[in-house]
Amino acid sequence: MTIDTASAERAVAPAARAIEVIGGDLTEKSLRRYLEGIPGVDAVGLEQRAAGLGTRSIKTTSKAWALDRIIELIDLTTLEGADTPGKVRSLVAKALVPDAADPSTPRVAAVCVYGDMVPHAVRALGSAHAAGGDTGINVAAVATAFPSGRASLEVKLADTTDAVRAGADEIDMVIDRGAFLAGRYGQVFDEIVAVKEACRRENGSSAHLKVILETGELNTYDNVRRASWLAILAGGDFIKTSTGKVSPAATLPVTLSMLEVVRDWHRLTGEKIGVKPAGGIRSSKDAIKHLVTVAETVGEEWLQPHLFRFGASSLLNDVLLQRQKLRTGAYSGPDYVTVD
Amino acid sequence: MSFLDYAPAPESTAILNLRPEYGLFIDGRFVDGHGKAFDTISPATEKTIARIATADAHDVDLAVAAARRAYEGTWSRLSGVDRGKYLFRIARLVQERSRELAVAESLDNGKPIKETRDVDVPLVAAWFFYYAGWADKLDHAGLGADPRSLGVAAQVIPWNFPLLMLAWKIAPALAAGNTVVLKSAESTPLTALLFAEILQQAELPDGVVNILSGAGDTGATLVNHPDVDKVAFTGSTSVGRAIARSVAGTQKKLTLELGGKGANIVFDDAPIDQAIEGIISGIYFNQGQVCCAGSRLLVQENVHDEVVERLKARLSTLRVGDPLDKNTDVGAINSAAQLKRITELSDIGEQEGAERWSPECSLPEKGFWFAPTIFTNVSTSHRIARDEIFGPVLSVLTFRTPGEAIAKANNTPYGLSAGIWSDKGSRVLAVADRLRAGVVWANTFNKFDPSSPFGGYKESGFGREGGRHGLAAYLAPALRQAPGSVPVYESLVEAPAAAESLAMEPAAPSLGTASDPAPAPTASEGNVR
Repeated sequence: MTIDTASAERAVAPAARAIEVIGGDLTEKSLRRYLEGIPGVDAVGLEQRAAGLGTRSIKTTSKAWALDRIIELIDLTTLEGADTPGKVRSLVAKALVPDAADPSTPRVAAVCVYGDMVPHAVRALGSAHAAGGDTGINVAAVATAFPSGRASLEVKLADTTDAVRAGADEIDMVIDRGAFLAGRYGQVFDEIVAVKEACRRENGSSAHLKVILETGELNTYDNVRRASWLAILAGGDFIKTSTGKVSPAATLPVTLSMLEVVRDWHRLTGEKIGVKPAGGIRSSKDAIKHLVTVAETVGEEWLQPHLFRFGASSLLNDVLLQRQKLRTGAYSGPDYVTVD
Repeated sequence: MSFLDYAPAPESTAILNLRPEYGLFIDGRFVDGHGKAFDTISPATEKTIARIATADAHDVDLAVAAARRAYEGTWSRLSGVDRGKYLFRIARLVQERSRELAVAESLDNGKPIKETRDVDVPLVAAWFFYYAGWADKLDHAGLGADPRSLGVAAQVIPWNFPLLMLAWKIAPALAAGNTVVLKSAESTPLTALLFAEILQQAELPDGVVNILSGAGDTGATLVNHPDVDKVAFTGSTSVGRAIARSVAGTQKKLTLELGGKGANIVFDDAPIDQAIEGIISGIYFNQGQVCCAGSRLLVQENVHDEVVERLKARLSTLRVGDPLDKNTDVGAINSAAQLKRITELSDIGEQEGAERWSPECSLPEKGFWFAPTIFTNVSTSHRIARDEIFGPVLSVLTFRTPGEAIAKANNTPYGLSAGIWSDKGSRVLAVADRLRAGVVWANTFNKFDPSSPFGGYKESGFGREGGRHGLAAYLAPALRQAPGSVPVYESLVEAPAAAESLAMEPAAPSLGTASDPAPAPTASEGNVR
């Protein structure tokens, strides 16, 4: 690839965070230099640390707390080509009452659907729709030509605006991995800034922006770290591992490396960015390992819905089974939780 | 509640089936000792675990005699294949009883169960598996065809990795065809005695391995015993010196693995988060009671502040407490004596002007505890930068250039281990090349593998344990007549010479020695003594 000097000098879209951290004369070149100056990641060491955190033994009261908190952190997700209004209504019903046999079960943080399903989700939630508030359930929509992101910026922005207008409280966008891997960081940056702008509602408030890095396609931890910085600099409220459509999706080392970026960002600016591992977390055990990793890397205060989420569908039922086991002392089985 | 106050998750001691009293393991049986018995305690609670016999000179005689009988009568006559079978059996039994061994080790030593469970015991099994594979391949140990075993090996091991050090000593000795008298450390005799039970279970021929308990004088009696052919010691440099002195002038072969003051060098391009983890595991693994610990942190000056800040933050998340709790990162110091030494040296560090820092952590009242500690503003002339503290105490020094890092790293009477942290491969190789240390880790620390030789330079000792080199420490080249002339004593280390001698002997005996019950040179060598 030849470097187009004209575009290298082109100023990228203004984003307050990047200007504060990198400096006022934000250009493709200065952005690239900043990202390339970030210390590398040693894959063996990172994976070893993640494995070490995975050996924590979470028992009794800690486990009970963890299981409830996992539910409260779930973005209950359906992202299928076959999704219908009926399927979304069923998902919302599960989000509201995860375990019909136990009304003390907490509710999930949000439901996550494709943009065209947002109106159905909003309608099904009714008064339980949190709409960004503290109580109730949010509606998250994937946007920007999810999952591939292969569309023009206009289409991506229209996709976003559409979902926000329909009542989405959170937008899960994908970055242009092609542009990232080709080294066109400015383009990725500009797109995130533009989508963030498209999240703005007419009343001035804004839908929360989660930036999906699709770490399975970025392939190296160095790339994951660099993309995490890029997404935060461009204004993302959350950084999210994966679409769930590419394998591997969320792994513990990937989540750990993103949490380390969030921790460093907090140290640098005092600002708290959220992290969302999505895809591949199916068991309570895996989810608890993630909670441990969050608590021991960025701190326990990150274990709140506005700073940490699980993007998952089958995880919820496993947590419910574990919850029943803690309550009754006996394992039940898949027929004692609802299929949606 | 705070999630990070994880609910207690103690490993149960119910799996242990300990006896109130343990004797000495001589000639395949537990027998009474003639020395004054002592209690072994748990350093985390100071509670007595069991009463342990002490071996006196008479017991040492009995043990060495049993080992000699077993050497001449059984073990040296077995084929390598058959010796290997016993070693494989021991390895499998260690795996089968791994949980029990891990609990016993934590209880007796004070180290966290997550280390004994995930590091010590798996490595013990790995060591026996590795050397089991060598037992019938001694021709390839680098000493030419038909190398000889040495005879009776006297082995004295330390308290920091009681069972692992036992494995490092016993596995290669048995694979090479020697018999063993091993003395465990006074403060950690328990797992060696459980290992003796495993030997009974494995039906190892009587006397092939004898295990004695006792203090330093038992060890001295053992290594000075006239009927011992090989001495292997792991422990302090001062004791190692005394052993070297007493063994000098005898025919005994000697391996010493002594102290260290390892340098962990962090360059400014290091993968920073992993370097922090490496520094932590380098000095707080096993409460820093590791001879190859990275106790001197050499940080490039331009990243010093950042490294120290991150290190302190990470240190604050370490969990100090009950070694049997599965979430404990740092356990108890092994003994009151060791705690005293760590405390004294740390106080000296403060008096000499270094800045001391420990995270807030509440230590249990009973037992021997020392909070993880960092000293900054340390100069090379400070005692905490020169003396081996053998505790969870890190001295942070700085350097400006790779040359200075190398000079400072090498500026120690020891030379056991070093670590290099850099993303630049060429720099790692160039620096590693100039470090005078037996082990140099790149972007990791405290990693062990049975196939990798381990040992020191200078005051850290000599000889290697692990790998082919560790095997060679228990072998001698074959004594044989060169065609028509004087006996040729093959070079110990020069591979080309060994290769030549192999080439010289087209009619070398078959590799399988099953049909060759007692190789003549070995037996006659044994009779000489």
